Amino acid sequence: MNKIAKLFVTFISAITLALVSFTSSFAKVEGEYIVLGSAISLTGKYSSNGVHTQNGYNMAVDRINKMGGVEVQGKKYKFEIIYYDDESNPKRAAQLAERLIKQDGVHYMLGPYSSGLTKAIAPVTEKYKIPMVEANGASRSLFTKGYKYLFAVLSPANQYLEVAIDLAVEKNGGKGVRIAQAFEQDAFSQDVRLGILDAAKRTGSEIIIDDKLPKELNDMAATLAKVKATKPDVLVVSGHTKGALTAIRQISEMKVDVPMLAMTHCDAAKLSKQHGKKSEYALCASQWHKNLSYKDKFFGGGKKYARDFQKEFGYDPPYQSAESSAALLVFKDAFERANSFDRDAVRDALVDTEMQTFYGNIKFGPGGQNVAKPMILFQVRCKGDDCENRVVAPTKWASDKFYHPIPKWSERS
Amino acid sequence: MDFLIFKAPMLMVQASLDGILLGILFALIAYGMALQWGVMNIINIAQGDLVILGGYIAYTIYLWGIHPAWGVIISPIIMFFVGWGLYKLVINKVVDRDLFISILATFGIAIVFQQLMNFIFGADVVVAQSEYGTTMLFDNSVTLPNSKIFSAFISVLYAVALVIYMKKSRLGRAIRATAQNARAAKILGVDTEKVYAATFGINAALCGIAGALISITLTLHPYVGLPYTVRSFMIVIVAGLGNLPAVAVSGMGLGLFEEFADYILGTEFRIGAVFLLLVLILVYRRFKLSKKREYLK
Repeated sequence: MNKIAKLFVTFISAITLALVSFTSSFAKVEGEYIVLGSAISLTGKYSSNGVHTQNGYNMAVDRINKMGGVEVQGKKYKFEIIYYDDESNPKRAAQLAERLIKQDGVHYMLGPYSSGLTKAIAPVTEKYKIPMVEANGASRSLFTKGYKYLFAVLSPANQYLEVAIDLAVEKNGGKGVRIAQAFEQDAFSQDVRLGILDAAKRTGSEIIIDDKLPKELNDMAATLAKVKATKPDVLVVSGHTKGALTAIRQISEMKVDVPMLAMTHCDAAKLSKQHGKKSEYALCASQWHKNLSYKDKFFGGGKKYARDFQKEFGYDPPYQSAESSAALLVFKDAFERANSFDRDAVRDALVDTEMQTFYGNIKFGPGGQNVAKPMILFQVRCKGDDCENRVVAPTKWASDKFYHPIPKWSERS
Repeated sequence: MDFLIFKAPMLMVQASLDGILLGILFALIAYGMALQWGVMNIINIAQGDLVILGGYIAYTIYLWGIHPAWGVIISPIIMFFVGWGLYKLVINKVVDRDLFISILATFGIAIVFQQLMNFIFGADVVVAQSEYGTTMLFDNSVTLPNSKIFSAFISVLYAVALVIYMKKSRLGRAIRATAQNARAAKILGVDTEKVYAATFGINAALCGIAGALISITLTLHPYVGLPYTVRSFMIVIVAGLGNLPAVAVSGMGLGLFEEFADYILGTEFRIGAVFLLLVLILVYRRFKLSKKREYLK
């Protein structure tokens, strides 16, 4: 019995030793691999967008590796990513970031999905001085904390719907408009709201309804009744996918006539698929659209990216995937310009990033946000029951004219 | 802005109707909770998740091309067996223990259900389309989605049917007897085990109906169950156990209160206002709530 116990103990210690040496071998660069780490939401409430993010990362890793990888000091390296599931939980995300850095020895991080989780991870990467390129945290507060190792390829949240207000003012002959707005009470939506407040001030517009929707609410009837009574020129709604779907459902059911409706998260909500023609004429803020004419040598243009993505994963890429792929392109570019694996050298190279990718131009501002890429607006347009998103602003990329004002419900078939 | 509602009296009509229609739906969920709370002395934290599961059943048949309104028949049938199964698997082990154990157990069930729904149906927010159109009143200044009217009507229909069933049927009498005194009922030959299972099944079926109605009036997501639990809990606390008219009134009352709080205090305070009301009512009822089980009237 004693012998067996001893044997057992030896066996266990051997395995532990092997495991320890195995994990510690996952240093920053292992053989021909540059190891990146990411805690990502594969389960829990963000899991669909978490998977979009992961698919975007994986797509770019495959592509870069296939096309010769990353060249540093004359040697070719390939990317590899260690993923952990953060269960859509900020606390878990922060723990996992710590684990990636301390146990797995990761020296470069990719962001998680959502502003909330990025906020949880950023203090950790900052503490260990780990450069993190993130693609899915747009909250303005991420870029005002003075983080030195955080880089975001996407436009900050306050820019999401500013364009829509400009468009409304333009349609109103340059005069200010009356705005009704309803935003969920979370960091992201409130940042979108701040953007609208700025735009309203800038254009001399008046905000006549300013509702803050509770997170657990999925009924906007009261807000919409107020909209009906006050007849604003534009209605702005942001409350993630739930907000977008609730808004369209109740606007169509309550027959709320408003000349212009601007929202976020139409893409992720599969708005036109779930609500069909009811969602027509809605304006949606988006980080990216496949019809934009940006180009790079890895993915070609947006359309080619969308085709390849469709082939690989079986669905049309949402912008969450596109921006995630772009994050890898940024890392590759930075490694090659730094020509070193020193974290601070890579970080300095990231600061100087100025490039075009299929997703858009990328240049980081002092807070780490991307300042080179405008947000775009698309409008849902339908032919029969077939609806699609057409880019209407900014004018440079527009494929269609902006349809204004939205026809009244009584005139819509 | 705050007093828009007083400037436009039609808003008052709109708010009242919205509040009442939504309140009736919540009252149905709350009635299920009151029923099994009264009979089994269990506070079911998973109530909202049962509702959402019921909604997903309706959504699934909608995806198959069947009108989601059929969900109000199919969903409760399936959910009855889900409830029955849950009782046999978990609830029967906690039914005679103290309240804390049952809260813990149903909380666990809630988490498992959320993750399962997330796994099966995905984390996307979904809606089913009823295409019922809209009723316009007072020269289009008050609009009522027919789906909401439909859901209130169905809720009332089922509630009335259940009351009659409770009064007239053998099982209904057995359930009421068990609620009044489980031990005495057992001595007199009532199979309380079966009564408990049936009660939990009926509760789950009620959740199934409510879920199917929510799929055509609001939105579904694996993690939105908790607000429904909290709401029905509040309604039951206000109304007391096993008193259907009180549950209906308190459901509509809370719905109304919430709508008016939205207009007068602002949208950001509507949930807060309801919770404040709950605290006041709890303080008031502090002395009234005794440990003994109340009986179904």
